[in-house]
Amino acid sequence: MIPQLAAAVPDARAADREYSIDAGGVQIALHEWGDQGAPVLVLAHGGFDFARTFDTFAPRFVDAGWRVVAWDHRGHGDSAHTELYSWDADLRDASAVFDHVAGRSPVPVVGHSKGGALMLNLADAEPFRFRQLVNIDGIPSKRPIPDIAEHERTKMLAGEITGWLDHRARTAGSLRKPGTIDELAERRGRMNPRLSTDWLRYLVTVGAYESGDGWRWKLDPSMRFGGFGPWRPEWALMKLAGLGVPFYGMLVEIEEAMGWGTDPDEVRPYVPEGGRLDVIDGAGHFAHIERPDDIAGRIIEFLGTPA
Amino acid sequence: MSGAPTLIEHNRVRLALHTLRSADVAGGPDLLLLHGLGESSPVEVPAFAAAWPGPIHALDFTGHGASTRPTGGGYTAEILMADADAAVRHLTTTSTGATTIVGRGLGGYIGLLVGGARAEQVRGVVIADGPGLSGGPSVPTSQPVVRVEPVDSNPDPYALVELGRDLRPRDYATAFVRLAIEGSGLDDPVTVTARFRPRWLQAVVEQPGVAEAGSIAEALARYHG
Repeated sequence: MIPQLAAAVPDARAADREYSIDAGGVQIALHEWGDQGAPVLVLAHGGFDFARTFDTFAPRFVDAGWRVVAWDHRGHGDSAHTELYSWDADLRDASAVFDHVAGRSPVPVVGHSKGGALMLNLADAEPFRFRQLVNIDGIPSKRPIPDIAEHERTKMLAGEITGWLDHRARTAGSLRKPGTIDELAERRGRMNPRLSTDWLRYLVTVGAYESGDGWRWKLDPSMRFGGFGPWRPEWALMKLAGLGVPFYGMLVEIEEAMGWGTDPDEVRPYVPEGGRLDVIDGAGHFAHIERPDDIAGRIIEFLGTPA
Repeated sequence: MSGAPTLIEHNRVRLALHTLRSADVAGGPDLLLLHGLGESSPVEVPAFAAAWPGPIHALDFTGHGASTRPTGGGYTAEILMADADAAVRHLTTTSTGATTIVGRGLGGYIGLLVGGARAEQVRGVVIADGPGLSGGPSVPTSQPVVRVEPVDSNPDPYALVELGRDLRPRDYATAFVRLAIEGSGLDDPVTVTARFRPRWLQAVVEQPGVAEAGSIAEALARYHG
């Protein structure tokens, strides 16, 4: 931690406890804020993020009486870089985290972006782990199909696949690009354009490491934005409709690069009975970082008294 | 099998590429064999490939045969497509022409994917019966989170679990047929010999550009040129 950068984000609080668990041979890093004896609240981060992106969000819940637990997905933050990454593997790692912090008892869970979608899936596969589920801009809906000819669509698919294959062909032994704190913050700022420079510079100090030639993000360099595969985003809605625990979903008004462009009208018919879906006016994909008091306040009210 | 396999890198995995017949013996185009789920490469030229006029190679997928067994699973068909791509790229650097692929079971599905993705480097894909041909459902279902005990030899149990239930929507599979048609220059870039036809494969067979053959040898004869 660099004191002057931490001082620029006064409400950020480092985790009180950091350790790793062995999840089937993969070292998964856990970060905990708050009293160890308090009731557990699990936070799940988004893709290309890491648990310490909750450094301003998690303390709000600690102050409300929770023991907050977050983990770095494999390949992210302080968790191990593995040979393979997949949705199934992330679910398996998450399941191991829940086993470690809550056994097989139900706990409230808050997931952002990919972490929200992952938790929707886990709540379908292992519903006994969930007491309540909050999803912050992590509910995908059907992507609008561009009005183009079939052969153009085929060409776009070909481009996505060859781009991915070419990337995989290059990544053996590769490292992330080094830079100064300001350079890494500027790079991340392209994907997080609504977040402050002070926050982005702070993130570098907790999400990157320094070596002889500069700072590098800890994220596994074999990971890449975008992608393709058999999964259709709207299939997540089937998991949403079947939830058996209290649900609070938040979508955001302002689209940005890391967001999913979800249409609230596509989601509403699938909100489980008694569930709630809000659209957060004037907020982007990282609403919980832009407006931690507002978003945490809504969730604390939804969760009720820690128990 | 002639000698030790060539080890090729795919990210952090070392893939074993076996030479069953070398270019010294036959100077025609390359043939690449992709095994089924839970199998490994054959140790000698299979009877169906005896008449092939060029070198014959066989790839052990990640977690199979002599290839790396990863820690903690995470298998997808797309990762295995990238395995096959690494082999095709390697063969492209050592020979002059495109590679023809025969895949058994899961290897047939992977052959389809790489045949579409790298249509200019692949000269025909034969999809044959074998383990892992069906894959999982064509739409999502409630599937359990599975953890398995580590083992000290291949095949990796995670490969068996994860690749035995991967989603294979019909329109996803047929998209790769379209890619193969547009990029390969062949009239029929895919030939199916499999008699068992799960839904994805039935959809593939119904596409233009997909032929059917009674045997693998017959199918391969279509791609000799």
